[in-house]
Amino acid sequence: MTDDPHPTRRAHKRRTVLKGSAVAAGAAAVPPLAATASAEAAIASTVDITLSVNGRDHDISLEPRVTLLDALRDRLGLTGAKKGCDRGECGACTVLVDGERIKSCTTLAVMRQGSRITTVEGLADGDRLHPVQQAFIRHDAFQCGGCTSGQIMSAVACIQEGHAGSEAEIRDWMSGNLCRCACYQNIVAAVGDAAREMRR
Amino acid sequence: MRAFGYTVAKDPADAVRLVTTTPGATFIAGGTDLLNLMKDGAQAHDHLVDLNRLDMAEVRAQGAGVRIGALARMRHVAEHRRVREGFPVLAQALLASASPQLRNMAAIGGNLLQRTRCGYFRDSGSACNKREPGSGCPALEGYSRGHAILGGSDHCIATHPSDLAVALLALDASVHVLGPDGARRIPIADFHLLPGSTPERENALRRGELITHVEVPDSHAAAHSRYLKLRDRATFEFAVVSVAAALELRGGVVRDVRLAFGGVATKPWRSAEAEAALRGKPLTAANVAEAGRALVRGAAPRPDNAFKVELVQRAMAGVLAELGGPR
Ligand code: FES
Ligand code: FES
Repeated sequence: MTDDPHPTRRAHKRRTVLKGSAVAAGAAAVPPLAATASAEAAIASTVDITLSVNGRDHDISLEPRVTLLDALRDRLGLTGAKKGCDRGECGACTVLVDGERIKSCTTLAVMRQGSRITTVEGLADGDRLHPVQQAFIRHDAFQCGGCTSGQIMSAVACIQEGHAGSEAEIRDWMSGNLCRCACYQNIVAAVGDAAREMRR
Repeated sequence: MRAFGYTVAKDPADAVRLVTTTPGATFIAGGTDLLNLMKDGAQAHDHLVDLNRLDMAEVRAQGAGVRIGALARMRHVAEHRRVREGFPVLAQALLASASPQLRNMAAIGGNLLQRTRCGYFRDSGSACNKREPGSGCPALEGYSRGHAILGGSDHCIATHPSDLAVALLALDASVHVLGPDGARRIPIADFHLLPGSTPERENALRRGELITHVEVPDSHAAAHSRYLKLRDRATFEFAVVSVAAALELRGGVVRDVRLAFGGVATKPWRSAEAEAALRGKPLTAANVAEAGRALVRGAAPRPDNAFKVELVQRAMAGVLAELGGPR
């Protein structure tokens, strides 16, 4: 939790409709305020937040409209989480928040202050890959790799939740992660294998 | 997404005050639908009031029923023992919704407020009476496979996408809200509105009203209930047709039955006609078939969705069979 749980900020009055949140994230670097007539509107359009990612605190200032995914990728340089659809449909942006898997494109960074965020970059233990990462390599569970970090983060949670007991169960509980290369057969095998290994 | 302001609400009254007094403000909880709508230009807000620090996520037994906080996440409600045992249809409807990631994020209150998946509504380049009142409804003459056969109007035939709402409707739940004028209770049957000539008005909430919790009463039928969701792929998809059924049989005779439907109507649809065709009668194939006919009597299908007239009757018969009816 932050010390200031009640940060009130007004949107600045610039009415430009920015298409796509890559642009939106970029806009945070632009000088914040267009000149406005009223003094009350001259409140900064950015908020200062702390994000705890992979065990490290990061102080950043950003606009409220920046998604967690864009904050991770464009502000913190953690490009492991991918942007496939930006609509909560493909799962490429999956990260763990307080141990639960979520789609980071569909939440705002400002809403995730005080949470423990884990991205694929934080999964390995030094040089030792996480068992799910190892299983994905063993089973050749990717082609282009676009979905892979999301698949891996989702699989880590799927196994932890106890939803990796059978092929059918894995297919159901990994359904939030699409693979345009259709590596599903090998992904399912990798998740099952990692689940067995982690139970040992 | 265009720029907006952001405030974290301290307590429910604070949230209501902020949304009532801040121009262009609305609430955000899970955000899983709201942010998509804002990205797509289907909805625009100048200010978001974040509810996530409010103490409204609890699920607990209350009197003869269960009380579900509006901020409870879909996953946690589906996993709750009291819900799984007393209201199987509710847990099943939640688990049949969205994806595991989204179920970790999406809150119960927001689920009831999610907006239609109609492609014309979601595409800000199309006309849509719901998004831009008076601009027209392209679905009436266009592609309407996903659209309603019941409850439509000349202005809108979009279906309501929530599985949860269908289950709650079969369970006679009530939605509790807090507004500038205090708290009130809205029976779930009165919560969602028919489109009529104002399809932009989708629910009974007044400006600034916040859903605080949902109450679901116990019953024998509720404990013996089931959700069937038919969709174009096995999982992570919205319903083509869905049925929430709750049934109490005594000596082969229907003592209590509740039947609610998704994917076929402009709002979560309860069929008093189908229920009446079964109540007090033995659950025979003939009576189930009569209930099916009663369900679709007022249907207004279109070429793309005419198949739903037959499909929804079969789905209903299928669920009743699983609950102990004729096979
Ligand atoms: S980028 Fe988030 S789900 Fe596709
Ligand atoms: S490996 Fe290419 S999208 Fe999955």
